[in-house]
Amino acid sequence: MADLTCNFLGIHSPNPFWLASAPPTDKKYNVLRAFEAGWGGVVWKTLGTQVKNVSSRYSAVNYNGSKMMGFNNIELISDRPLEINLREITEVIKEFPDRAMIVSLMADNNRNAWHELIKKVEDTGAHGLELNFGCPHGMTERGMGAAVGQDPGIACMVVEWVMEAATIPVITKLTPNVHSVVPTGRSVVKAGSNALSLINTIQSVTGIDLDTFVPNPNVGGKSVFGGYCGPAVKPIALKMLATLSQDEVTNKVPISGIGGISTWKDAVEFMLLGATSVQVCTAAMKYGFRIVEDLCEGMSNWMEEKGFKTINDFIGRSVPALTHWEDLDINFHIVANIRQEKCIHCGLCHIACEDTSHQAIKLAYGDPYNTYTIIEENCVGCNLCQLVCPVDNCITMVEHRVSPEYVNWVEWQKRGLPLNDH
Amino acid sequence: MAIQNNRLSTEQYEQNFRDIDPRFESSTAAKVEANRCLFCYDAPCTKSCPTHIDVPKFIKQIATDNVKGSAHTIFISNIMGAGCSKVCPVEKLCEGACVYNLLEEEPIQIAKLQEYSTLKALEENWKLFERKPSTGKKVAIIGAGPSGLSCAHVLAVEGVDVTIFEKEKKGGGLMTFGIAAYKVTPEFCESEVNYITSTGGIEIKYNHELGKNLPAGRQGITLPQLKKEFDATYLAFGVGETRPLKIPGEKLEGVVDAIKFIYELRNNGYSSVPVGDKVAVIGMGMTAIDAATQSKRLGAKEVTLIYRRTEEEMPCTEYEFNLAKLDGCEVIWLASPIKIKGRKGKVKSLVCSRMKLGEPDASGRRSPVGTGETFTLDVDMVIKATGQAPFEKLINKLKIKNAKGKISIDSNGATNIKGVFAGGDAVNGGKEVVDAVEAGKNGANAILKYIGLR
Repeated sequence: MADLTCNFLGIHSPNPFWLASAPPTDKKYNVLRAFEAGWGGVVWKTLGTQVKNVSSRYSAVNYNGSKMMGFNNIELISDRPLEINLREITEVIKEFPDRAMIVSLMADNNRNAWHELIKKVEDTGAHGLELNFGCPHGMTERGMGAAVGQDPGIACMVVEWVMEAATIPVITKLTPNVHSVVPTGRSVVKAGSNALSLINTIQSVTGIDLDTFVPNPNVGGKSVFGGYCGPAVKPIALKMLATLSQDEVTNKVPISGIGGISTWKDAVEFMLLGATSVQVCTAAMKYGFRIVEDLCEGMSNWMEEKGFKTINDFIGRSVPALTHWEDLDINFHIVANIRQEKCIHCGLCHIACEDTSHQAIKLAYGDPYNTYTIIEENCVGCNLCQLVCPVDNCITMVEHRVSPEYVNWVEWQKRGLPLNDH
Repeated sequence: MAIQNNRLSTEQYEQNFRDIDPRFESSTAAKVEANRCLFCYDAPCTKSCPTHIDVPKFIKQIATDNVKGSAHTIFISNIMGAGCSKVCPVEKLCEGACVYNLLEEEPIQIAKLQEYSTLKALEENWKLFERKPSTGKKVAIIGAGPSGLSCAHVLAVEGVDVTIFEKEKKGGGLMTFGIAAYKVTPEFCESEVNYITSTGGIEIKYNHELGKNLPAGRQGITLPQLKKEFDATYLAFGVGETRPLKIPGEKLEGVVDAIKFIYELRNNGYSSVPVGDKVAVIGMGMTAIDAATQSKRLGAKEVTLIYRRTEEEMPCTEYEFNLAKLDGCEVIWLASPIKIKGRKGKVKSLVCSRMKLGEPDASGRRSPVGTGETFTLDVDMVIKATGQAPFEKLINKLKIKNAKGKISIDSNGATNIKGVFAGGDAVNGGKEVVDAVEAGKNGANAILKYIGLR
């Protein structure tokens, strides 16, 4: 087994898999079960001002029979009394001293409220604090959550209050409900936040009941915008993470990656784009805590295959591979190739290319199986056929460079090179 | 040993002849399977369906909760889509062509999904077709089997007033009278016929038969009469009795025709049909399987299928063969009956010649040749299931051009007699229900052109 231990600002955990601040980390019972199952750490569900939750709270987007491809909630922060939460946090830390215990916080918007809350939480022995600047529903209407995260100035002010009182590492959790996470990220790092985490949920309407005409989730005939998460948001989260890893201010602090992580592969991808630890919620809410077993085993096997001894060997490794569009090599060209011995004649590549792309896949009629072949001169190397092909490694993209020289778009224009003629 | 009826209790009969098709019990179950479908383009399953049902489309419609649309997609190509989902040899047609086979994966359960949508349509009597206003054109159809009903449906939707003349007292043809009851129950067959005719414009006149001097209770009709009263006629009267074995002893008591045997079982009730203790069934087609399994289910102690060739060449599907095996039927491969021995006019044993496979014949299958060796099987009943013969005499009497009794039609589905069209088993000599449905559609389209509606 590879070494999965994670050191996040001195917060140690036996693996980089933490449960995100959410219903699974709402109370001792759940968190003990999570630690027994093997989770490396938790971010305890947000503590702060007193709230009351509604019923119902969740809704989902299903896709082609797969449930909860996207998940949405309108739940607020913890609705349990602060004292009970604090007592339970203390007890859990005693029972599992080797696991990371971070506590998520969202106090009222004044310095004293934050200072008091931080003091009480630090007394539990917690290892770190996560500032919830991201909750997109309910709390925002009271000027908290995403309302803070969406305004770099306010976020900066709150972090400054926090840093006055905090003696343990502070992670600021960012909202994705902005055009870019970088301004708030920079602002809170400059204000002293020791780390960042992202993404919180994305405002959404998951769907509408076609019989009642009420959007989901239905609370007595009404609904509100909820926070979207689950596998559907992963690509958005990865992009936002990457922008922090590319930025010279935000990339100086460690980042905990969040957003649709369900498998060890997802986790590796977040870490390749700069996350030191990852946080999981929807996948656990769908399958229970047992998924951590494969998260660990899958990552370990992959690390051994790649020769990585510790997770630090690959964190951030893919960041340099993301560049500006204008730096891409225009002379790089690939052409699809169909391996006929693998083809099952479903025709999906043909119809995708024929109807929506470049008419580069020829159909030769057969009964009942047609034969599909690439018309190389029409193929622009877009990948679409390979993406729709249901058979692994049936369609491969083969490199056919236009010329050996690297030429990007700026250079291309400068030299007056020809545009496409079709 | 004896042939006798009423061998089982009512409960046993009910148990043995209830529908064996496991349906999808819920929309969730159907959707799990529907979502496996890749939605192939120019799909091999559709190409392999004689009626060209748009299979990927109807399956996708199940996945999107558009079951009504799914049933419509099936029925516009095959109005007997419900029955076909139960009786089609799908492993040789759509499911056999499913691209998953090429991945060594289980093919999509197309028949079961088709059954899911179409049974819902039948049970809830969804009105999926709107008949155009009557054009005043009248077409006569002989035979309310799959071909006749399919033809009638296309015509009726186009505003033609259709009269079907059916010699039996129920519609459905071989679906109702010639297929194992556990595949298509009598109740199901009736509901399917009712569903097809519910579009309107189709009248079925039962107990009407083409010809004169008919058995009591049957009304005769003649071609000249039809030509006078109708704008066109479609002949869909199928095929007749099983071909004779032409071996000694064929007239003994206890030698029965599989089609007649199944007909009686379906028409007269299970307990009234006599069956032997030890039954030999000659043939290995679908009808042979239906006769063998149902003999067993009527209470026969031993049932043996006798086939001239090997498992490689058997015409029935693997699925059918497994049904027979599960029912405890035995098979003797490479055996051909040469003589039926009797005592006091009743079957006592069957003498067979052992065969071996020789050169391929016209059908491309290796033809069996005798080895000279024989063996004798003690049986008290012999069921002949070696294919049905066309109504050659009738067709000749009507002066319809034919090839050994199979009606000859041109590319428009027309016979040599002006205004008279034909299709289904009467033309092809006996194929699947789904082939008959397609023939009915083609016949209807030819008739629409002929009467000036297309």
